[in-house]
Amino acid sequence: MSGQIVPGGSRKLKNRVSPQAVIGNSLTMAYRTLLLIRRTPQQLFDVTIQPILFTLMFTFLFGGAISGSVSGYLPIIIPGILAQTAITASMATGVQLREDMDKGVFYRFKSMPIARIAPLAGPLLADIVRYSIATALTFTMGYLLGFHWVSPGAALLAGFLAVFAAWCLGWVFALLGVLAKTAQTVQGISAAIIFPLGFLSGAFVPTETLPRWLQDFVNVNPLTYVVSAVRQLLDQGTIGTDFWLSLIGSTVLVLVFAPVTLKMYMRKA
Amino acid sequence: MTTRQTTVDREHATAIAVEARGLVKTFGDNRAVDGVDLTIPSGCVYALLGPNGAGKTTIINMLTTLLKPDGGDAKVFGHDVVRETQVVRQLISVTGQSAAVDERLSATENLTIFGLLLGLSRSEAGKRAGELLQEFGLQDAAKRTLEKFSGGMRRRLDLASSLIVQAPLIFLDEPTTGLDPRTRVQMWESIRRLVSSGSTILLTTQYLDEADQLADRVAVIDHGRVVAEGTPRELKAAVGKATLNLRLANEEDAAGAMAAVQEVLGVKASTPEAMLVTAPMADPDRVTDLLVALRSERIRLAAVSVQDPTLDEVFMALTGDESKGGKPQ
Ligand SMILES: Nc1ncnc2c1ncn2[C@@H]1O[C@H](COP(=O)(O)OP(=O)(O)OP(=O)(O)O)[C@@H](O)[C@H]1O
Ligand SMILES: [Mg+2]
Repeated sequence: MSGQIVPGGSRKLKNRVSPQAVIGNSLTMAYRTLLLIRRTPQQLFDVTIQPILFTLMFTFLFGGAISGSVSGYLPIIIPGILAQTAITASMATGVQLREDMDKGVFYRFKSMPIARIAPLAGPLLADIVRYSIATALTFTMGYLLGFHWVSPGAALLAGFLAVFAAWCLGWVFALLGVLAKTAQTVQGISAAIIFPLGFLSGAFVPTETLPRWLQDFVNVNPLTYVVSAVRQLLDQGTIGTDFWLSLIGSTVLVLVFAPVTLKMYMRKA
Repeated sequence: MTTRQTTVDREHATAIAVEARGLVKTFGDNRAVDGVDLTIPSGCVYALLGPNGAGKTTIINMLTTLLKPDGGDAKVFGHDVVRETQVVRQLISVTGQSAAVDERLSATENLTIFGLLLGLSRSEAGKRAGELLQEFGLQDAAKRTLEKFSGGMRRRLDLASSLIVQAPLIFLDEPTTGLDPRTRVQMWESIRRLVSSGSTILLTTQYLDEADQLADRVAVIDHGRVVAEGTPRELKAAVGKATLNLRLANEEDAAGAMAAVQEVLGVKASTPEAMLVTAPMADPDRVTDLLVALRSERIRLAAVSVQDPTLDEVFMALTGDESKGGKPQ
């Protein structure tokens, strides 16, 4: 440190953060999240162990009972696991955000001249990596067990849909993370949302086998549409109404929850 | 004429680093900060002193945009801390009372991320991290996660994190608490260096000798109010009493010397040691009379000295009553 710094009173400063800085700061915060994941790889259990374990477990447990054979069940279960893993992965977003906001380092972030949104945007950006790992692993498991998709392009699109839907849902859990007092609260509430959403959908069983009243629930469950869209892509390689409905539904979710989350976060940050 | 006026105003504004008027913060019915005025000239070290819970950290939190004041206003280099938060944040750096670094990352990773956030490039941030680790004696622990750091190491990293880019106004909330004596002296040197290169420092401390050594001005805070303000010398002059020390040449003169003090100064002297007579000294002028009286009594002195009051005495005198417990209503 040599020489004199520019005196505080003679600096020309703007009372806002430039768009470049918003992007730069958010990317740095995403980098930070990835570093944290590398330091504590347990954080990746939900996107690694779970897709592997669930694929094996469900395929061999229910394959015979539901579809008569393992290979017959794969077209049903792979899209199901894909969606299930995606939503459980998005649940971690809220829990981790809450934990992070309680850490002392947030005190420093708040006093630094950075985009205030960056500490929230960063983890959400980094989540895309987590969702992609989950999706890739599920596909790999399916492939190893003998599942074949019509075309790689369609599989890629299906993967994209799963990641996108998970990312959009992530905002709901991010809001929970911002509002809740402790990480445990977030964990509890998220689980209460995730389980009915995951299991009471077309993820694991063909909906026709369900009792009438349950079918009604399953049919309004947004996850059912994502699962069907993925199934159609993988089975037939086509894009149907379910695909568009899922895409629009997810987008609406972000459009509603992102601004609320941002607002609540800013109020606390 | 008008142009001249503006220039003068601007110079005045830039010469003041912090200007707070009537700052108030309440938590429930606890008025943690209760109408605080502060004027901190640019380029000085300013210390906030006060007992635990006096409101020092709360004042800092408001000045650093972390907490919104419930009343009053504050400006940092002329910029309002509520309306111009982003400008203020570009002018300050903060080391809080508890470490604000990421426990789960390494020292290098922490510093690099802060550097990137402050707009340094990847290579600049890495280089700066290396320099700071060296300067704060952390280079050996650079790659370890902080979970394995000692309290003092964490503190040092926390300070290093605040100095990635040298800010014009640096807040240090108890910067040397928990540091060993050697590191504390190093810290004082760093602070002096920061000031000599143009920064203004606002610090709090529980060590009064530290304030005495470092601070150009001191504000004593108690129950959310400024109860005294000035240079350490002014405060001591206003509150503390100087002590006159007479070291005798002959032990048997002690009684005579004490009698002379009683007679001339009108105060009771004491002999903490065999050949030493001490007395509170209110009026230095009367010491001459005392010395003349001692000469005429043939009492010989080995040494005469005046001991200045300490900031500890000032602190105790200003905040002492309340520390016995109970809040004033
Ligand atoms: N977030 C908070 N919520 C409620 N009360 C608070 C909060 N922060 C501080 N206080 C209260 O405000 C008062 C001043 O606290 P502050 O931390 O500013 O004191 P301090 O002078 O920094 O003390 P110390 O020397 O112990 O650090 C205390 O009575 C404290 O209990
Ligand atoms: Mg404090």
